[in-house]
Amino acid sequence: MTTLSRSRSEWKGLAFTAPFLIVFLLVFVAPVVYSVYLSLFREQMVGGNAFVGLENYAELVVDAQFWEGFLRVLLFLVIQVPVMLVLALVAALAIDSARLHASGFFRIAIFLPYAVPAVVAVLMWGFIYGDQFGLVANLNDWLGASVFAPFSRDWILVSIGNIVTWEFVGYNMLIFYSALKVVPGDLYEAAELDGAGAFRVIRAIKLQALRGAIVIATIFSIIGSFQLFNEPNILRTLAPNIITTFFTPNMYAYNLSFSGQQYNASATVAIVMGVITAVIAYVVQLRGSRKEER
Amino acid sequence: MSSSRSALRRTLTIAATAALAIGGLAACSPSAAGGGGAAGDPADLDAALEKGGELTYWSWTPSAEAQVAAFEEAYPNVDVELVNAGTNTEEYTKLQNAIKAGSGAPDVVQIEYYALPQFAMSDSLVDLSQYGLDELEDDYSASTWGAVNVDGKLVGLPQDSGPMALFYNQTVFDQFGIAVPETWDQYVEAARQLQAADPTKFITADTGDAGFTTSMIWQAGGRPFSIDGTDVAIDLADEGVQKWTGVWDQLISEGLLSDTPGWSDEWYQGLGDGSIATLVIGAWMPGVLESSVPDGAGHWRVAPMPTYDGTPVAAENGGGGQSVTSQSKNPALAAAFLRWLNNDPASIDVFLESGGFPATTAELDDPEFVGAESEYFGGQKINEVLTQASKDVSTGWSYLPYQVYANSIFGDTVGQAYANRTPLADGLADWQAQLVEYGDEQGFTVSE
Repeated sequence: MTTLSRSRSEWKGLAFTAPFLIVFLLVFVAPVVYSVYLSLFREQMVGGNAFVGLENYAELVVDAQFWEGFLRVLLFLVIQVPVMLVLALVAALAIDSARLHASGFFRIAIFLPYAVPAVVAVLMWGFIYGDQFGLVANLNDWLGASVFAPFSRDWILVSIGNIVTWEFVGYNMLIFYSALKVVPGDLYEAAELDGAGAFRVIRAIKLQALRGAIVIATIFSIIGSFQLFNEPNILRTLAPNIITTFFTPNMYAYNLSFSGQQYNASATVAIVMGVITAVIAYVVQLRGSRKEER
Repeated sequence: MSSSRSALRRTLTIAATAALAIGGLAACSPSAAGGGGAAGDPADLDAALEKGGELTYWSWTPSAEAQVAAFEEAYPNVDVELVNAGTNTEEYTKLQNAIKAGSGAPDVVQIEYYALPQFAMSDSLVDLSQYGLDELEDDYSASTWGAVNVDGKLVGLPQDSGPMALFYNQTVFDQFGIAVPETWDQYVEAARQLQAADPTKFITADTGDAGFTTSMIWQAGGRPFSIDGTDVAIDLADEGVQKWTGVWDQLISEGLLSDTPGWSDEWYQGLGDGSIATLVIGAWMPGVLESSVPDGAGHWRVAPMPTYDGTPVAAENGGGGQSVTSQSKNPALAAAFLRWLNNDPASIDVFLESGGFPATTAELDDPEFVGAESEYFGGQKINEVLTQASKDVSTGWSYLPYQVYANSIFGDTVGQAYANRTPLADGLADWQAQLVEYGDEQGFTVSE
């Protein structure tokens, strides 16, 4: 009797999760499994398709173009992510401080760029960056020298970082701001009674409350950096020689499959990048949560 | 940074698209093999038009819509669905994916000359000589006919051509007392003169363009690519290549070229305000200038392409035609439509009206076409220059069977010579090395 009812309830549970499971298998598991499968083969224009084992992986490990792109996004991540998160943090603290006039306006204004589609945002910045007819040209004219060259080799990562920061500061600010909103008011009261100043409150209460949100935002940002694609890919038409086809790992994967029909190599890049990203995100999460336990 | 959700979505999109592209391959590749489709003969074409049916036609040409309308009026039994599947590489990607998938390709498709060998190679296109279309040879200029014959098969019919000429801004030349250059040495001299007189003005804009470079090498007598079946030879340092780099290296190292990327908004503005003073480009350019550079009206003129030793010689730049795919369920009807599209005077009239430059000898020799005065070009009879250029195109050129890919990595290699102002030979050597590696990976036998 008991076994019967248990199995019946199990079937019921399955029925409830089935819609999710089907979609999950179809759109998540199947493509990943298929990519792994693809990465074990090599399809040639002449000679057809053949199983090559781990050869694609062995080649990727010594592929200078892949590692150049990888190191570039790593450099980008190490500089751009802290800058963006600090800006977002300052904005969230300022809006939460209750000392800012029209904080609702600032909240919406800082968040607004996130609502602009990435493609539109990059095109817009592309016009601004134009060093012959764009805003940058006017700036250079005004300064009387070619101070800014957003599409030059030395500046291009800064130019892209600026766009990405502009796009996502508001999004991260909102994550931080919502974490601050749930801090109970009596904590602040207690701090005030103890004679804590504004900065002491930030250090002792707000930053503690934000720890989880900061870990989450950092993981999101790391994943986003490794996935960098839209911004450089669109700017490429304006700086074709500076932004190469392997500028970021994602661009490399894209161009391998869509310009070179090297679907197998492309799948290999996708899997390797996926594993690297997952490992780094996991390490960040582990470190973040360990601190929280302490 | 993006949220993990959109980051995830991006990974999935890439993975899924690649998956979809490959998915049909294993199941369906046998049907793509064999190439020629059903065997047929010339009588089939008229019968097919009589019988009628449905066709899909991919094209991004501005004249396609009017041509399809005119065709459907002449042959009411045939229903042609016109699809703009994107411009050049965008369309080729879709076509390549449809070929891999074994279904989804149109019956008739627009393909530029440089991309033809790639699609012909994989037996994706019908050999049109089985319908007797090889007898149309005399109707087309020699260079365009050469371009649609790949490895002994007629894989398309030419629609337009792009014999190269020198387009120059007469007003700018007059202002600084510069004579129209007839040789490349004079061209370099004019570039120096112009920069010295006004640093905001450049002889031309070139940030490295594969189509331009290959055409310049073609004119200089270089033949860096040759194909024989699956044997490919690449030599991007032959005598012709060196002749071209000898000239162009001077322009690059002295900073005489504007670094405005071609086809960008700034490029069009530069063509309109005189800061880009010349263009060495295909004969289809007048239509582009008229529609996209209204400020240049009255200022631009056309002259023959400069040469190395005074002997007139030109090359093709761009241009293309249409082909019938092996996936077509009605290849006879598709071939009949193609014959009308690129050979019937009614269709070619529509094409010329849209500003295209023809590949057909009847038009290239037509006194009315040749003698037409162009208002945009200050009343110059530009077609006199352009049709002569068409006759001066040197023969024997071929593109790689993976030229679309080759062009996509041009910026990574030769483009670096432009960006760093280093010798082109280094960039070309780099390009060659990557092309050899790719060819080997794809199963070709590549020799250098």
